Amino acid sequence: MARKFTNKVLTANRLIEGDVVYLGINGDWVLDHDRAQILKEEEFAIKQLALANKDSGFLVSPYLANAEIRDGVPTPIHFRDSFRANGPTNYNHGKKENHNV
Amino acid sequence: MYSYTEFDNNFNQNRVDQFRSQVTRRIDGSLTEDEFKPLRLMNGLYLQLHAYMLRVAIPYGTLNSQKMYQLAIIADKYDRGYGHFTTRQNIQYNWPKLKDVPDILQDLANVEMHAVQTSGNCIRNVTADHFAGASTDEIEDPRPTAELIRQWSTDHPEFSFLGRKFKIAITGSPNDRAVTKAHDIGLRMVRNNKNEPGYEVIIGGGLGRTPMIGKVLRSFLPRKDILPYLESVMQIYNMLGRRDNKYKARIKITVHEHGINKICDLVEERFIIQRSSFGGFDQKLLIKLEKAFAAPIYINEPIDSYNKSYQSDPLFRSFVDTNLSEHKNLNYSIVSISLKKHGQTPGDATSQQMRMMANLAKKYGHDELRISHEQNVILPHVHKSNLYKVFNELKSVELATANIGLISDIIACPGMDYCALATARSIPIAQQIAMRFNQLKLENDIGEIKIKISGCINACGHHHIGHIGILGLDRAGVENYQITLGGNSTQNTVIGKSLGPGFSYTEIIPAIEKIIYTYLDIRSSNDETFLETFNRVGLTPFKKIVYTPSEIINKSTATFANNNNESFASQEIK
Repeated sequence: MARKFTNKVLTANRLIEGDVVYLGINGDWVLDHDRAQILKEEEFAIKQLALANKDSGFLVSPYLANAEIRDGVPTPIHFRDSFRANGPTNYNHGKKENHNV
Repeated sequence: MYSYTEFDNNFNQNRVDQFRSQVTRRIDGSLTEDEFKPLRLMNGLYLQLHAYMLRVAIPYGTLNSQKMYQLAIIADKYDRGYGHFTTRQNIQYNWPKLKDVPDILQDLANVEMHAVQTSGNCIRNVTADHFAGASTDEIEDPRPTAELIRQWSTDHPEFSFLGRKFKIAITGSPNDRAVTKAHDIGLRMVRNNKNEPGYEVIIGGGLGRTPMIGKVLRSFLPRKDILPYLESVMQIYNMLGRRDNKYKARIKITVHEHGINKICDLVEERFIIQRSSFGGFDQKLLIKLEKAFAAPIYINEPIDSYNKSYQSDPLFRSFVDTNLSEHKNLNYSIVSISLKKHGQTPGDATSQQMRMMANLAKKYGHDELRISHEQNVILPHVHKSNLYKVFNELKSVELATANIGLISDIIACPGMDYCALATARSIPIAQQIAMRFNQLKLENDIGEIKIKISGCINACGHHHIGHIGILGLDRAGVENYQITLGGNSTQNTVIGKSLGPGFSYTEIIPAIEKIIYTYLDIRSSNDETFLETFNRVGLTPFKKIVYTPSEIINKSTATFANNNNESFASQEIK
């Protein structure tokens, strides 16, 4: 049986910097998971992924990651996506240091 | 140590120029990511969870102060002021930007370094005993052979696109510090019945999802035959190795499926042809290389000051007793610098620490440094009269932790804090174990123990061969840690036995604590190591305690202690 579509965010790494970005509400690419656009419709999400795959001059390895709204904020569901969103846990660096594209 | 020839420098420079052009074409859109990815991987550039990662080769773990300085400069100039030394004697930078990588490679090439063949299905960086050329138990320094293999395997057209990656390790000592039995090819120097040195050739070892201990292919190979013989092995692997399934493509599976006897027959048959085709050039080169790795000119100074400092400074005494190994020159020591200060990321060194280690090598260490597969740095030749100065300077940059071989000297792969392949974190587990046992002040009482942690089944953290191995997995979206006990990474290599069901992130440290308390409780004497105890009693007593809820253990321990002055654990195994 086909798995039911659940909320997603579209994420990738930037080509030159290599850091993690998310498709934002305005169709721009943002660094903060908090500012990611929650994709609620499967067809729209797949279309956005296809567009991101074509944008290979800016992005690398785009994919759709599960997310949900918690306390009004887009939040990763899987711990891997949490680490990607927040940076390594052994040092206070990565996303913890950078907060704006 | 070996210095590049004009040929080496030209090759290296060409690769830098070539990659610069490839990066330019990727950024301007001439190359797609699919086209670019294999090119960047051939130059050690990965895309990880948070950023690119550049893996730089440190051939056979040997470097000098100039190279270490340059690694520090690169860490400051292009990264975040630190680097991570790995179990393959490489260094990884976790935060380079794509546009900077050609400049990094240029800076490396300027000091005869590179990132070539640190990724991809080729013969990777050759690893070696980190005490090579210094230890008391060595038959001969294996590094001339390691360098010969490096030159032979670099950009070898026949072996640049193998079925899978291929790792070679070499040691010149009977006491194996290079984990030769867990490599695709392991070379152990031995003597034949005429007392001539040669190599025992072991193939088909490896960890990962199918851990296997290497099998002896040749019990004695004369040194002069090393390249034609290796080439024969590679050709047979290239011919028989599977390409239909990447999980069955390593030579360990080839050996397993065809049997060591068949592989041996094919290699020997091939070897007859290969040997005649080499013509002696390799032997002339080996003689040159042996000169390049000649022992340093040892100094002759009194060592009274060392003895005095040893008596008067307890911290120095602890450092000496824990971090020093015997050198073949009685007035020298091998100094292991721990990159495992309690609570730090195993294998990480800041640029300041790298500069200090380079300085110490230059001032007191005959300009030599080594990287160990256990993620520490070695000063292989320090005269005893200089040891106290070395200790104090190390202390000033938090590098004098006296814990080599103890419970906080943990191997940990980068895990899910960095690695795109990881299924769980490794580093925080290592940090917490180190902090916990430091807090309990039990480290010295526990004594020799090797904990090795991998954040996925690929086993970069060598968990199968740790006395305690920890494997981090993703179980239904939650980090879960499996424990193995009784692994051994020496010449008596053993794959550890699984303890049972895994533990959550919050349960794993208490589980390790229970294992250690069980060991302390049941060891036959204070001299019996964890591994010896395990080999004597097996899994059962550990299993019983670890899977018994803590409140029951506490209650039982109190009851037993009140009644018999005996603990729960010692009751259990009777």
